[in-house]
Parts: sequence; C-alpha cells; structure tokens
Amino acid sequence: MTELDHIGAALDVQSTAAAPPVPESRSRVARLAWKILPPVVFFVLFVAFLYLVSYVLLSPERQFLLPPPHEVVQNGLFDWPNLHEQLIALKDTTKVSLIGLLIAFVIGTALAILMSQAEWIERSLYPYAVIVQVTPILAIVPLIALWFGYDVQARVVVCVLISIFPIITNTLFGLLTVDKNLHDLFTLQGAGRLTRLWRLQLPHAIPDIFVGLRVSAGLSVIGAIVGEFFFRQGTPGLGRLLDVYRARLESDLLMSTLLFCCLLGIAVFLAVGVVGNRLTRKWFEQGERA
Amino acid sequence: MSGTFAREQPSGRPEQGEQVIAFRSAGKVFPDGTEAVRDVSFTLRRGEFLSVVGPSGCGKSTLLRMASGLGPHTSGEVEAEAANIGFVFQDATLLPWRTVRKNVELLAELDGASKAERQRIAADAIRLVGLEGFEGHYPKALSGGMRMRTSVARALTMKPPLFLLDEPFGALDEITRGTLNEELQRLFVSERFAAIFITHSISEAVFLSTRVLVMSQRPGRIVESFDVPFGYPRSPELRFDPEFGRLSGEVSQALKAGYE
Ligand SMILES: Nc1ncnc2c1ncn2[C@@H]1O[C@H](COP(=O)(O)OP(=O)(O)OP(=O)(O)O)[C@@H](O)[C@H]1O
Ligand SMILES: [Mg+2]
Repeated sequence: MTELDHIGAALDVQSTAAAPPVPESRSRVARLAWKILPPVVFFVLFVAFLYLVSYVLLSPERQFLLPPPHEVVQNGLFDWPNLHEQLIALKDTTKVSLIGLLIAFVIGTALAILMSQAEWIERSLYPYAVIVQVTPILAIVPLIALWFGYDVQARVVVCVLISIFPIITNTLFGLLTVDKNLHDLFTLQGAGRLTRLWRLQLPHAIPDIFVGLRVSAGLSVIGAIVGEFFFRQGTPGLGRLLDVYRARLESDLLMSTLLFCCLLGIAVFLAVGVVGNRLTRKWFEQGERA
Repeated sequence: MSGTFAREQPSGRPEQGEQVIAFRSAGKVFPDGTEAVRDVSFTLRRGEFLSVVGPSGCGKSTLLRMASGLGPHTSGEVEAEAANIGFVFQDATLLPWRTVRKNVELLAELDGASKAERQRIAADAIRLVGLEGFEGHYPKALSGGMRMRTSVARALTMKPPLFLLDEPFGALDEITRGTLNEELQRLFVSERFAAIFITHSISEAVFLSTRVLVMSQRPGRIVESFDVPFGYPRSPELRFDPEFGRLSGEVSQALKAGYE
C-alpha cells in the first residue's frame, strides 16, 4: 500500500502523502523536472545495480538467477509469442481485478451505509469486516476453491475479500464525520434519514470513498494474481504465468511478467485517482480534513 | 449623518409585534452534570433585535440551541412560536460540494419547493447580501466574509420570523464585520424579523440591537438587560456618539461584574 502511495505522489495524483514543497516562482519545466528527475535518477541507479549483480557478482552458470535487464526486455517484451502470452494474461487479470473491485465497491459502500444508520448495526458488522481483513488470504483460499471452484468466480471472490475493507472503513468514516452544525441545519429543516444520507452524508463521503477505492484498487490486483497463482486452473492470468515461468526457470520472462503486474497495479491505482480528482477537485480542499 | 440624527427619529424603530420566544426560568443541565444555563427569563417579540454578550463558555450557544429546540432545556419553560428559524452558525456551515447558488437554495429544496421557486428565492437572497456574480463559485473559492454572507443568505431564503445568530462575524476583520453589520441591520429594518444575536463585541451588540442581555460566568444567568434607545437605520458614525459610548461603557461594566 505504501509503495503505491509513493508512486501516486511521484506522478502527482491526489495523494495523502505530502508533495515536496516547490517554490511557485520556478518555471513549469523546472517544476516538472523536479518531479520527474528523482525517480528517473533512482531508476538509472537501480538498473545499473541489476547489471552489476548480473555480470559481476553472479558467476555465469548462476546468471539465470538475475538475467541482465536487456535480456528481460528482449525476451519478454520484443519476442511476439512471449509478449502475446503475457498480454492475454494481462487482459484476463485486469478483467478479474476490475470485476472484483466493482463488486467490493458496491458491497462495501452498501455495508458502510448500513453501518452508518445505527450504532448497533455498526457494532454487529464491523468485527466481521475486521476478521475478513486480518485473516491471511492464503488461509481462506482453499475454502474458496472448495465453494466456488477454481475459475473466474473464485478469483473474483478473492479480489473482493482482499479489497473490501478499505472501502468499508473509508466510506464509513466519510459518512460519520459530517460537521455537527450541518446535521443541525438539516434537523432544523426537518430532514429525514434518506434526505440526510443522500444530500449530506454521501456527498461528504465522496473524497473518502475514493481514498478507500485507491487502496482497494491496488489490493484487488494483488488478489487477482494471488488467486491465479493458487488456483492454477481456468484461463491463465499473470499469476498463472508467474507460476509457469518459475517452474521452467525462465527468469527473464518471470521478470517481464512481474513488470506487467506492477504496471497493472499502477494503472488501476492511477485511474481511480484521476476519476476521484475529476469528481471532487472543484470543491474539495485537500487536507482540509487532515 | 450623525448618531444624534438617528436618535432623534425614534419612529425609525421597527414596530414590535407578536411574541416569538419566551424563556421562563429556563435552565439546562447536560447529561454529564454540567450546568450551562440557569434561571433565564426573557421574551422576544417580532421587531426586536436581542444581543447576548457574556464570558466565553458561559452558555450562550447553549441558550441559542435551547431557543431553536436543537438542545432542549431541562428546567423551566421555553416557548417558541416560530414555524421556521433562520439559524446562522458561528462558521459558515456551507456544503462544500455545492455552489453559492445551490447552497442558498438548500433550505427551500429540503422544503420541497419547485425549481423555479427555489431559483427565484435564492436570487433574491443573494442580491440582498451583495453576492451577485459569485453564484457559480464553490465555498472553497470564497473569502471568509463571502462564505458568511452566503450563510446569511441561506438563512434569509425561508423568510424566517426568527433569526438565531451565533457569533456569525466573530472570525472576520473589523471592516468586513462593519459592512456585514450594516447589511444585517438593513435586512432587519426591511424584514422586521426577531433576532437573538450572540457576540463578543460590545459595540457590535449596541450598534445592532434593541436590547442587550449580559450573561454571567457559567452557569449562565442574565445579570443585566439594557434597552438601546437609538432608532433605525443607524449610521456607522453612531459608534462615535457620546450616548453610544456611555451605553457601551455600562454594558462593559456589567460584563466585568459578571466575571467575578
Ligand atoms: N454537549 C455538552 N455536554 C456537556 N457540557 C457541555 C456541552 N456543550 C457545552 N457544554 C458546556 O456548557 C458550557 C457552555 O457552553 P457554550 O458552548 O454554551 O458556551 P458559550 O457561551 O457559547 O461559549 P463561547 O463564547 O466560547 O462560544 C461550557 O462550559 C461547555 O463546556
Ligand atoms: Mg458559543
């Protein structure tokens, strides 16, 4: 989660992490450079380090442990059959994680709304949400396989389980932290529960809902990959490929697939951030509720 | 135009109408045992502008919430006749996801008014507080004073016979505060509502009110009540009038005595 947050900050998506202070007087180019340069420099150093390990530290017969980056790119990204295989897997994993995220969003928001309506509901349900969150996903996966089989549904269920908690907590937080004076204003006007929820609590919770969604987006991708990795059946996704390449000791392809996993996570994370920003930037003052 | 001029026109005082609120030995003890307000009695009629001053924490907000029914009294009697109340909170209390126009329309919307009706009402109120041209702005893009005016405009839309204002201008600079005071007074003269106005500023209290109540330390009691003899409209220069100064001095004395 924290890694994803940093990526968000570096690419300037609405983020809870504070951006480094940049003097306003600098030109656009300078500001852009200030944002992009540090990660680029780090990337170059990191690649150099990989080469160092691959060529200098590892003996030739053990080089397969860490193939040099250009081989990863060549075999993983510029070899059509290999690339094709990975792209199909990417599509499959993307589908599963997005469906999972959508279901988690619908169920999570509904549960949060329910919990916001009465303390007894919150107290009855919340402990179970926590239990779902703290149970290691791998411990439940066998059960899921037993109940839902090994195909898409099972993987979607894993996604939902792993990503629902941040949606519940953030939405609930948003619904319950409406200013008391605003509630009083609605009370004076004789507003009922539904009016209050629809006109006051839900709009107020929108920024929080997106904070939760952003975290969940990353988790949902993880869920999809973990599910595939474990189930080893049905249409092959990225997780399945990882397992296959590992078995074949094809570490270059293993790494390029890993790259796709990261890119998918980042893409989903950023997309949710952009949508959230679009919806709220006109009125939401960042940090006003920090 | 001087304050003396204003004072020589007692006919400028709004007609006093029917009773809007009556407190009879009303008190409030919170569930945790804190006694915030004790034995408060007063009546408020339409056309009366009542200011309340008192030490911080003496129970002024509590008094206002008792008057509005938001925080009911626990002893004595509170009679409130107003069908709807214009409550202006200490901070603007706007919905940040709504534009100025939509914020001002809120109460009419909650009351189920038609769209055309809402828009007409909102446009009127926005004009009254001088916010034309800012209808499409979100609260985040407004100054503190403009937010406050939006809040006042919203309260105005229901044409409430009773206004409850909890230190509405407390966070503003002197000049903006002065301007809003004059706007509020203009509205008072034209709409003839009844108002309870909480403030920490004695000059604001005397300038706006027909009557000033001074409260003591918690538990808040009313230690003194001053009738303000000036007619309306009052010009800003009234503040430099010797009579204004004398009255402010008396209120200040009573306030100090309340601290002991
Ligand atoms: N919900 C509550 N429960 C218990 N005590 C409360 C509650 N609300 C207020 N009080 C107490 O009642 C007293 C009066 O509070 P109130 O907010 O009415 O003061 P105030 O005169 O408006 O002060 P200020 O001028 O600072 O706004 C305070 O001592 C406060 O601690
Ligand atoms: Mg107060």
